[in-house]
This record gives sequence, structure tokens and C-alpha cells, in this order.
Amino acid sequence: MTAIAMPAPDRDVLARRREILSALQAIVPGEGVIHDEREMRAYETDALTAYRQLPLIVVLPETVEQVSRVLRYCYDNDVKVVPRGAGTSLSGGALPLEDGVLLSMMKFNRVIDIDYANRAVVVQPGVTNLGITRAVEEEGFYYAPDPSSQIACSIGGNIAENSGGVHCLKYGLTTNNVLGLEMVLITGEVIRLGGKHLDSEGYDFLALMTGSEGLLGVVTEVTVRILQKPETARALLIGFPASEDGGRCVADIIAAGIIPGGMEMMDRLAIHAAEDFVHAGYPLDVEALLIVELDGPEREVDYLIGRVEEIARAHEASHVRISASEEERMTFWAGRKAAFPAVGRISPDYLCMDGTIPRRELPKVLARMRELGEKHGLRVANVFHAGDGNLHPLILYDANKPGELEAAEAFGADILRLCVEVGGVLTGEHGVGIEKRDLMTEMFSEDDLKQQQRVKCAFDEKHLLNPGKVFPLLHRCAELGKMHVHKGQLPFPDIPRF
Amino acid sequence: MDATFKPRDTRQVEDAVKWAAGEEQPLEIVGHGSKRKLGRPLQAAHVLDLSDLTGIESYEPAELVLTVKAGTPVAEVEKLVSDNGQELSFEPMDYGPLLGEDPGRGTVGGVLAANLSGPRRIKAGAARDHVLGMEAVSGRGEIFNSGGKVVKNVTGYDLPRALCGSFGTLAVATTVTLKVNPKPETSATFLLGGLDEAAAIDALCRAMGSSAEVSGAAHLPGGIDGEAGKTVLRLEGFETSVDYRFKTLEKLLAEFGAPARLAEAESGALWRSIRDVLPFAGSQTPVWRVSVAPASGPRLVELLKAKLDIRAFFDWSGGLVWLSCDDGGIHETEIRAALQEAGGGHATLVRADPSVRSTVPVFQPQPAPLAALSRRLKEQFDPKGILNAGRMVAGV
Repeated sequence: MTAIAMPAPDRDVLARRREILSALQAIVPGEGVIHDEREMRAYETDALTAYRQLPLIVVLPETVEQVSRVLRYCYDNDVKVVPRGAGTSLSGGALPLEDGVLLSMMKFNRVIDIDYANRAVVVQPGVTNLGITRAVEEEGFYYAPDPSSQIACSIGGNIAENSGGVHCLKYGLTTNNVLGLEMVLITGEVIRLGGKHLDSEGYDFLALMTGSEGLLGVVTEVTVRILQKPETARALLIGFPASEDGGRCVADIIAAGIIPGGMEMMDRLAIHAAEDFVHAGYPLDVEALLIVELDGPEREVDYLIGRVEEIARAHEASHVRISASEEERMTFWAGRKAAFPAVGRISPDYLCMDGTIPRRELPKVLARMRELGEKHGLRVANVFHAGDGNLHPLILYDANKPGELEAAEAFGADILRLCVEVGGVLTGEHGVGIEKRDLMTEMFSEDDLKQQQRVKCAFDEKHLLNPGKVFPLLHRCAELGKMHVHKGQLPFPDIPRF
Repeated sequence: MDATFKPRDTRQVEDAVKWAAGEEQPLEIVGHGSKRKLGRPLQAAHVLDLSDLTGIESYEPAELVLTVKAGTPVAEVEKLVSDNGQELSFEPMDYGPLLGEDPGRGTVGGVLAANLSGPRRIKAGAARDHVLGMEAVSGRGEIFNSGGKVVKNVTGYDLPRALCGSFGTLAVATTVTLKVNPKPETSATFLLGGLDEAAAIDALCRAMGSSAEVSGAAHLPGGIDGEAGKTVLRLEGFETSVDYRFKTLEKLLAEFGAPARLAEAESGALWRSIRDVLPFAGSQTPVWRVSVAPASGPRLVELLKAKLDIRAFFDWSGGLVWLSCDDGGIHETEIRAALQEAGGGHATLVRADPSVRSTVPVFQPQPAPLAALSRRLKEQFDPKGILNAGRMVAGV
């Protein structure tokens, strides 16, 4: 089994399973409570499939009142709760706990209000990301953040992970597109944050909730901003004999004041895997392939396509193609969008990593990644969101070969340490979950992590919501709350005073 | 013993806060002090003055990332990025003129503490949307880092964003990392005249719902800024695109009349005036800042005009209403009741005498569970209540 350990289950809770079950059945009637082992199998993992665990009980509430009562019961009886949306997390955020109730929010699947005048849509958290766009596209609108799992992932999960996507350099992450939330605290209290108006005063709990990975509360309603679809979109497919030139081309596009709707790069292994799979017409004699998509008013897009082409040619691009039709644009994207399954064809298993680096460090990081690959005896294919420096190295391994999963995980950890070392971060959009939990100390000091856990203490002092995720060590809130102060140490001779 | 601490580095901030926590001595955290008249008045014995904590730590235009000390003047940062063809696209407003202070003052830390954004907020996001990372000192005197120095990061809770708008009550920011954006090549304003409030906001909302990429949408009724009313939409970007989108708006809004076009210089002055609430500057009347769903702005003002002698104008497509109570009264009850009737939002008393600001809730009162959560967060970060205590709400 793998390297990441979960906290030991509470024997007392396991022994009370029957009592907990009947209490939950009294709150959520009928099929809303699942306790049969075979039926619970569907919930034993998310998209980080190397980790599996059956939950204590699965609950699927249908009303806010049920959510509130379930949480209150768990709070009163010290039962842990793991909230879950569609289960597409790549970092193990929805991995169940043996002694915890799995709270699935997927019955909250209604669009509540579409308000075009205010460009706002109110939905329940189980509505899929793409479902929001589907609800408003008749009028030409869409919801901008587009994680690659958008057909399946829920907006509640997007809030938990602060999901991004290929368009977020221009249109922002989830946090920049959410206007309001209704949520339930572990105590059962229902809180509303924001709404159709902007920038509520008081502490920005909306910012804390977005990206909190299910550790602070359970979202029961979401208000998002929608946008009118850009008038048009066109793309360039640009190949470079050297990846350094690709990196410099990206920097110069941004230096020219151009923020493309999407800007994706692939390395040689990813290009070949994708081309073999979908035949998108990618050049095979290049080290780096760049897809630059410009979207907006037609006149602007035509103008910017010309500007980007000039910049690409100035950087020794060996191939430049410009989409002449919507069909051709989609073909450019087909290879990139199929990159993960394409890599899946050339290797029995792969791990998808997610670090962000300052873009200037790209050539160095790619070179070091090749060295690390040799050290661990594994290959890596790279696709990345070039505009914002978010890397997705795909580590190729075979789970049936003893020791390869462990080697892949060690390789992945080395890559993320490298990201931090060059001034970047552990995760750009997939979240910490369990996957990067034990690497948090690479990026944050003990005091840094203490402040984050104090946020947790303000919301959930008993550590009942999704414990074992994000933080490597759980400090008790009472311990964190102590102040170690020394009285009477003024004057500080070096602080200028008046 | 009243003291003013003027630290030059993070360690000195830490020392001062540790001392204050140990002695339970409240501190007032200030930069230039340009926003001292915002929020509830403070009665702290000591001042922690960050105006010497200045300097650009790193700036990489091609990475779109800027790291500065929190006491750095906003004006200096805006000049630096502008010289590099970039901008702070949240367009921080300057409260100086409205509050009877000199214009052009204020620090980066102050802008974030108050989460100040301008007209472009509706397209580009608020100040908090542009914060990537922060080094700060908590009320416990602990230095901590949160966020990062790259534009895309979800590692841990989003503390840097959450500390925005906290008015220095949770932690003292010492260094901040911001996302910067390219400055548009040019800008122009699409101006319609003679619309009543309902029609004006309808036009603005329709423009915002179009693909014209509007970066400012305001309505100044007659008597606010000149005799005639002005309904204005700002377009920014590459020149060819601005011209094209101007025509898009002309078609879209044909039924509202023929537009005038303000070129870059005139357009710039108009939007600065809206940003800094210049129509209400230079007087002493109480001023409220109300955030509401954009389409509900006219309804709110209609409800209030039926009862009160107020003047109002609209930014953010109708969602930001600036109200001046011209009879000198505060009218908290009427204004918050009308806001509720118009669908809810936030009403903040931004200009009033200190005696009024210490008795009338300056910020929108919160329901009990939310207020309790706010107190718990304050207790976690500042258990001794020494950082700007009571600036937002008594006890927080």
C-alpha cells in the first residue's frame, strides 16, 4: 500500500455504528442513508484512486434542514464527517474515513434562480460545473472556470477546491467568480455569505471557504457570476525546436499586454502520446508545442492573432498554424484535451501532479525533472497551463510492478519540492487533500501552519470536518489557543518610537 | 505612556505586537492615516505606524507579480507598474477627497485592509481578487506567511485574501504580493444623456450582459455632476477593439438614444471622479456606500427618495450606490430598511462625525451565527484584542 497514512480510527465510534445509523435514519428517511457494504463501495475513493476506504455510513440529505441536523448530531456525538460532491478530486479530498460519515451532496441538484440582469445564477451545490453553463447558454451566457472534469464535477466541489481550468489566467479561479454561499457549520448553524451584490463587508469568509477542501463547512447553495460568451475564439498552434524558446515566447506575449483566453504547452512525450491517440496534426519534430487561444470581439481577435504570430516567429518557432474555422480550433485542442488518456495508453498507470512555478524557471525545472526521472527510473510527460506557470507533470508507472507506485509518489514529491524551491507552490488547482498533505511543511513554517489551523478552530474546534486532509499534524485547538507571552520586555531599543 | 512605534522591518513589527500582547495594550495600526475617518473611531493608547515599512521587494512584469512592503505608498506602486505598461486593475479608490483629506495618499496595506476597489471592480474584480500572498504578524505576535508569489495557487486556506477588508483587526500585514495586469492601450467612454434611473440602470445591465467587455458602468443623475444626467460605459483595450465595441454598444443600446464618445483624457477624468466620489467631496453631509444587486439600485433610491432628502449616484452597473443625506441626518433605520426591501446587501456609513460613528453601526450588522463566527476568528488571531479593536464592530 501507499505511503500516506490516515489517522487511526476511533474505536468507540466504530462500536457505536448501529446507534449512529439509526439516529441518521431518523433524520434522513428511506434510501438517503446507505450502510450496505456493497452499496458503499461506490464512495470508497475519488479520482485519486490509489487510495480507498469504506466510510462508516453514507448519508445523502435532500434539504438544508437535514444537513443541519446531521451535522448537529455528529457534533454532539463526536462523529467525523467527510463532505463529498461528485468525487472527482485528484488529491483525495473526498477519501472516506473508516470512522466517519460520508455526506454526499449530490441530491442538491437544482438550479434555483437565473438572473440575467444581475448576471448571477443561484444553484444547489450538486449541480455540475457544466450544468451551470447549460442552464444559461440559450441566452449566450456561460460560467467561466472550466476544470477539465467540468462535465462531472459539482460546483460545491469547485468551491471546496477553488478549481481553475484552462481559462483562468484571463477569467480567474472559482474564488474570483463566486458571489455568495449558503453553508452549514458543524454545529448545524446555517450562514449566508454574500449574494447578488458585491464585496460584503466584515471578514471575507467567502475567501476562506473557497479552497477550504471541506474542512470548514458544508455548502448548501452557491451564487456565481456568469458572463456573456466571447464573440469569437481563434487559436494558434506553435511548435518550437527548443522548449526555452517556447517559454520566452509565452513571456513576450504577456509582455506585449496580451492575456490570452488559454495558453497551453506540451512537451515532446505528451505531444507524441496525444498525436498517436487523436491525430490532431501536431508536429512531431518539436520539443515544445504551444496552443494560444485568443477570445473576444472579432476585430480584436483578428488583430491579436497577428501580433502573437509575429512574436512566435521572432522566437524561432518552426511551426505556426492559425485556426481558420471553429472545427480547426477544436482539432488544435483535441490533443491537449486528450493528453491524460493519451498518456494512459502508453503506460498502465500515471500520477498527475499539479505544482505552480514562476514561468522564468521553466527551462530549469524541465531539465531538473528529467534528472529526477532518471534517478527514480520513471518517465514523465508534461502538459501545463503556460500562462500562469501551472505544471501538470504526468508520471508514468505500472502499479503491478512492486515498488513502482512508491517510486512514482517519491518522484512526484521531489517535483513538488522543486516547485517550492524555485519560488512556486505545491498545488495550483488540484488541492492538497491527502496527496500533498505531508509536503505542506516544505512550503510553510510551523507558525504559518498554525495560523491556518486557527482558522479551522474558529469553524470546527473539534476537528470533525474532513480530518486527516490538508494538514500533516492536527494540533488541538486548546493547545493552539494558548498564548506564550513575556511581559515587560519593552523597550525594544531598535524600534523607532515617538 | 502613549507611544508611536515606527518599525522599519517585520521583526520590529513583531517586537511591538509581542509587547502589546504581553501588556494587553491596544494598538492602532496606521499607514498614512488617510482612512482614519473610516469605520468606528478607535481609542487605542498606542500607534503602530507602518509608513516606514516601505519598498519594492520584487517586481517581475512578465510574471504579472509584484511584492511590496505593506507601508509602500499606493501612488509609488501605481507609477512603477504604469512605467512598465501595467496597472493594478482593481483601480483602488482614494477616500481622501470625500473625507476631507489630501488626495493621493494611502499605502498598499491600507488599500487591502479596506479592500478598496474602483469602477473596474465589475470586470476585473476587487482588491482582494488581486492578492496572491502575504506576510503578516498576528495579534499573538507570530510572523506568518500565507499564499504564494505565483498567480495560481490553492495551497492551504486563502488567508491573504481573507485578511483583505479586515481593517487590521486580525493581523498586521508587513509584505504583500499582488497580481498586476497589462494596462489597456486606450480607453473611451460611451455616454448617453436624458435617461431616468430605471432606464439608465437597464441600459447599464444590458451592456454588462453583452460581449462588449465593459470596464465601468455608472449613472450620474442630473444635478450630481453638471445639469444633465449622464449614463456612462467605459471601454478599454486595444484601439481597434475599443472602436469595434463602441459600435457594438451603439447597436445594442439604440433604443436609449444616440451616444456621445468621450476620448481618453476626458474619459479618464470622469472615471476618477466617479471612483473617488468627487460629486460628494467638499461638504460635510453624511454619506452612505451601499452595495446591492445591480438591477435593484434604482428601487433602493426610489424607496429612499419618497421619504428622505437624499442625492444618489450609481457605479458598478447600479450595484454600488453612493448616498448623500443632504438634510444632515444619518437615517440608518430608513436606509437599512429600504435596502432590505430592495433585496438586501450592505450599507456602510462612510462619512459622519466620530461621535456618530461610535454609536451607529458603521458596517451592516450581521445575523447572530455570522457575528459569532467573526468573534471566534478574531479570538483566534488576536486573543488579547490589541489590533484595531472595535474598528469594525464593538468587541471585534
